Amino acid sequence: MSKMFKKFEFFLFLVIVTLIVFFAFSTENFFTLENLLDLLISYSFLGIMAAGMLVVLISGGIDLSFTAIATVAQYIMAIIIINYSGNLFSAFLVAGIIGIVLGGTNALLIYYLKAPAMIITIATLNLFYGFTIFITRGRWIYNFPDWFNQSHNVFSFTAADGTYYGISLPVILLVLVFILTYIILKYTILGRKIFAMGGNIEAARRAGFNILGLTIFVYSYIGFLSGIGSVGQVLILHSVQPNAIVGRELEVIAATVLGGASLAGGAGSVLGTAMGVALLAIVWNGLIIMGVSSYWHKLIIGLIIICSVGINAYNRKRNA
Amino acid sequence: MNEEILTMHNISKNYSGVHALKSVDFSIKKGEVHCLVGENGSGKSTLIKIISGVVQPEKGAEIFINQKKENHLTPIKSIQKGIQVIYQDLSVFPNLTIGENIFINYYAKGGIQWVDWKNIKNVARETIKKVKVNLDSNETVGSLSIADRQLVAICRAIATKAQLIIMDEPTSSLARHEIDALFSVIQQLRSAGITVLFVSHKLDEVMEISERVTVLRDGSKVGLFKRTEIDDKKLSYLMTGKEFAQEKLSEKIENRKALLEVKNLSKKNEYKDINFKLYQGEILGIVGMIGSGRTELAFSLFGMNPPNHGQILLEGEQVHFKSNESAIEAGIGYVPEDRIDQGLIMEQTIKNNVTITIFEKLLNHLKMIDQKKQQSTVQHWINTLSIRTSSIENPVKTLSGGNQQKIVLSKWLATNPKILILDSPTVGVDIAAKNSLYQIMRELSQRNIGIILISDEVPEILYNCHYILLMRKGRIVETFQPEEVTEKELNDKIIGDGQNE
Amino acid sequence: MLNNNDNNLFNIRSIYQKDPTLSILVIALLLIILSLFIFFPGRVLTVNNFESMAFQLPELGILSLAIMITMLSGGINLSIIATANMAGIVSAFIMTRMITESMTGSPIPIILLAILAGWLVSLLIGIFNGVLIAYIGVSPILATLGTMTLVGGISILVTKGYVVSGFPEEYQYLGNGVFLGIPIPFLIFLGLAIFVSILLRRTPFGIANYLIGSNETATRFSGINVNRTLVITYALSGLLCGIASTIMISRFNSAKAGYASSYLLITILISVLGGVNPYGGFGRIGGLVLALFILQLVSSTFNFLGLSSHLTIAIWGLLLLITIGLRNIKSTSI
Repeated sequence: MSKMFKKFEFFLFLVIVTLIVFFAFSTENFFTLENLLDLLISYSFLGIMAAGMLVVLISGGIDLSFTAIATVAQYIMAIIIINYSGNLFSAFLVAGIIGIVLGGTNALLIYYLKAPAMIITIATLNLFYGFTIFITRGRWIYNFPDWFNQSHNVFSFTAADGTYYGISLPVILLVLVFILTYIILKYTILGRKIFAMGGNIEAARRAGFNILGLTIFVYSYIGFLSGIGSVGQVLILHSVQPNAIVGRELEVIAATVLGGASLAGGAGSVLGTAMGVALLAIVWNGLIIMGVSSYWHKLIIGLIIICSVGINAYNRKRNA
Repeated sequence: MNEEILTMHNISKNYSGVHALKSVDFSIKKGEVHCLVGENGSGKSTLIKIISGVVQPEKGAEIFINQKKENHLTPIKSIQKGIQVIYQDLSVFPNLTIGENIFINYYAKGGIQWVDWKNIKNVARETIKKVKVNLDSNETVGSLSIADRQLVAICRAIATKAQLIIMDEPTSSLARHEIDALFSVIQQLRSAGITVLFVSHKLDEVMEISERVTVLRDGSKVGLFKRTEIDDKKLSYLMTGKEFAQEKLSEKIENRKALLEVKNLSKKNEYKDINFKLYQGEILGIVGMIGSGRTELAFSLFGMNPPNHGQILLEGEQVHFKSNESAIEAGIGYVPEDRIDQGLIMEQTIKNNVTITIFEKLLNHLKMIDQKKQQSTVQHWINTLSIRTSSIENPVKTLSGGNQQKIVLSKWLATNPKILILDSPTVGVDIAAKNSLYQIMRELSQRNIGIILISDEVPEILYNCHYILLMRKGRIVETFQPEEVTEKELNDKIIGDGQNE
Repeated sequence: MLNNNDNNLFNIRSIYQKDPTLSILVIALLLIILSLFIFFPGRVLTVNNFESMAFQLPELGILSLAIMITMLSGGINLSIIATANMAGIVSAFIMTRMITESMTGSPIPIILLAILAGWLVSLLIGIFNGVLIAYIGVSPILATLGTMTLVGGISILVTKGYVVSGFPEEYQYLGNGVFLGIPIPFLIFLGLAIFVSILLRRTPFGIANYLIGSNETATRFSGINVNRTLVITYALSGLLCGIASTIMISRFNSAKAGYASSYLLITILISVLGGVNPYGGFGRIGGLVLALFILQLVSSTFNFLGLSSHLTIAIWGLLLLITIGLRNIKSTSI
């Protein structure tokens, strides 16, 4: 079984390498440091949320409301930063707490209402998002204080040809989140219990695991990551755009599933998820650079998703 | 005298009007090997679930662990008190490795936050050595056979050095040498001061391993005995309440028409070179351990598992079933082993469960289901098989195990089958219903329906079949007439003597 | 004496005895009408409003039917809106390209062609969903999310985001006309509701659909071709989306890639409110129709009160949660 999985991750890796080679040869603007760093920044938010989704999927659940949670976190964080004082740390703190609270609410609803997580989170998606847009009237926010807007490059250097490169905070955040998630899933009892719960929830119950506690952790985790990820997004865009995040749920789920997570639970890895995100990022970016009209993008992404979940499912069916 | 590690008074449990346990007193002495014995439906499983905290008893119950009263036992409290249960369904995690499965109880006990994979490997390796089996702690449990999963479950219980280990029918899929290994491990545990509660309905094992035996029947405790006070005949009587002067079937059937002929049937990794005939009105028994290929063979006859080689002939004509639809149309029905997930749709009505196989036959001229016809068909079967229910609109889950099995039978009888395959049909069925089912089987055979009976229960096979096939590792290794063997002989033949590995 | 009165959808006593959900819904509906009568006399419950409700509600109702049948089978169809939009776009293209000002003769054959083409497309999308789910084994959530994206992508590509509009009068009549005083869309919806109800409760396919939703394995073991049934279910779901879009684009007099995106949650709400078990296996058209009426009334009231559409959708989300909560309380008390 583990052999097959290794085969799958390897296969994914091959696909990515092939795509990179393809795009690198098709256009000269793809395989540049500048482009790749830009890509990393653009997809850091998605990557952070995908890490959260991975944990939820492993536990056997699913969450469709995380984009709304991110939006709410962004808004409240922005209002506090702008109207009261604050610093970067407090911005992340506020957003993170909001994410945990809303995620925790999801967990309680899912545990006590005994309905499919998908339907409950569709409900909370609309509840959180609708209410937020109603209160804020959907307006953009861009009057952030200067200290916030300064480019948060952590490592920067100027290359020989005078171009200025930097690795910005959101990217560092992405790396930290992946490392944190990896450690939790592989090296903490909590993480192993999450895997166990996703593999056989009745056995987990009998083994004395605190199912309620695990559920709360899992949904709060994705809430938390959505929150802090959204701050990263604001740092990049220098603005809060209320409708920018909701609607991207499928991309996040697709990235995680592409990377080997199963909707049935009990499977998935950080490496796989990272590769899934990379795959989506490379395709999207490659298409743009190649000048493919943006009208094709949704279609191509949809095609990739269907092909990969199809192949995945068919293989699983044949091996069962 | 040894003190008691577990004392239970006045344990009762009701499930919507069904009394699973009636005021049972039960106790185990520290360090002993105690057997809890009873037929299916006697209340054994419920009692175990109460001990492990998964289920709560009715008011008035008293439970003492190590002589301290427990007011509300939960799974985690039970585990913390040192009680480990190895459930019949094994409760393993298929997506985790063997090593982690063995280690898993340490997770629940708490006190550690970080995973030490080296430690897991070591603990796993040591435990596996103790049980003397061949497992690779890195393999994922999902790819293991049922027999191997059972071994993992046993290792897991032993790994945490529990005080009381409860094994619920642990030997159902073990070969002789594995059972021997298990029994010697149990003796080791005993000398280490660990108490073992061994739940079984296999009398020979009970006689071999136990020191004291508690017998349950129909939810009540029938008695507590020292092993020296009883023998398997007495045990059988206590468990069933009946003297079994069962008669073996004696009709001659070779001169009849052959309904089914199987020639050189093979399926890779499942069964090989299967040859037999099923005659009209014959009840053919197939025995063997789990893993012997019986169910896989049954699936193939039912069209759900196409064979690689060989022929299946139905009334002389060769058939190739692409799906069970064609098998059903040809007149074959299959009552599966797993009534809950495969046999019935628990939440749906009796009406729909009985007519699920014959919707096409109930259509009126508008191609819609004729409700009056549907009603009367269902009523006919309810009456014929004496199924007790207040309304056919009730969900099937409201019926007792025996009545549920009759519903499964009804749905196949409604198709007017020529051949019925029954796979372990009396599991979880109480004595009265069991006998009722045997009666039905005999009546069906009188009406020339051919029956293949797959079972693990030796008396069931011996007293209800015209002919018996013994399968081991996918092959038919022996065949006999019922009069040629005794119960004990047949039992021994099934378990074999270590030739399996 | 056995209770066997489920012949007639409207046999009130038997409905009450057998299905408390329906009776609760009827009571809720009556209460709402009563409150509207008391608190907003003559404002919401006007003939005009009823008429416009009778025009709006059918497309939502048909889409709800589309998602309901998939939920009954234990799955879900998240691509209903995308499918409807795609079908509408196909119809719209045919009509706007092939019917010109200078044309002679009746546009009706072309209109029929356009409608059928739309239905064919939606049917094909449904079959595609069904094959993905039944034969390839993709989970319904992923499969229909995938087709939602793919079909949405095709819609965008084909329309470049523009609206396709300008249909002949004869076509607009479909969505805006009346027949014997009753709005045509409403008649279509009623007809479909009755048809689907009979299909679900009185045909082998329909009952098999329910059974699969409760326990797919046991259904398979009983000789029912589960794969074929599921493909039919999703195909039918797709077709219903196509029919919904026929009405929709007639009312809007245009087709676009992104219409009605808020409808998805509402159709789920209507189904669950109407008694569909979110895990599958149970649910009746009667309940769905009542829930639809309730929601339409509430929605019109919100409209009348000038509530923002965002607040409205937040309230729908809350209402879905409350509905699920109430069902749990009800089932534990039984």
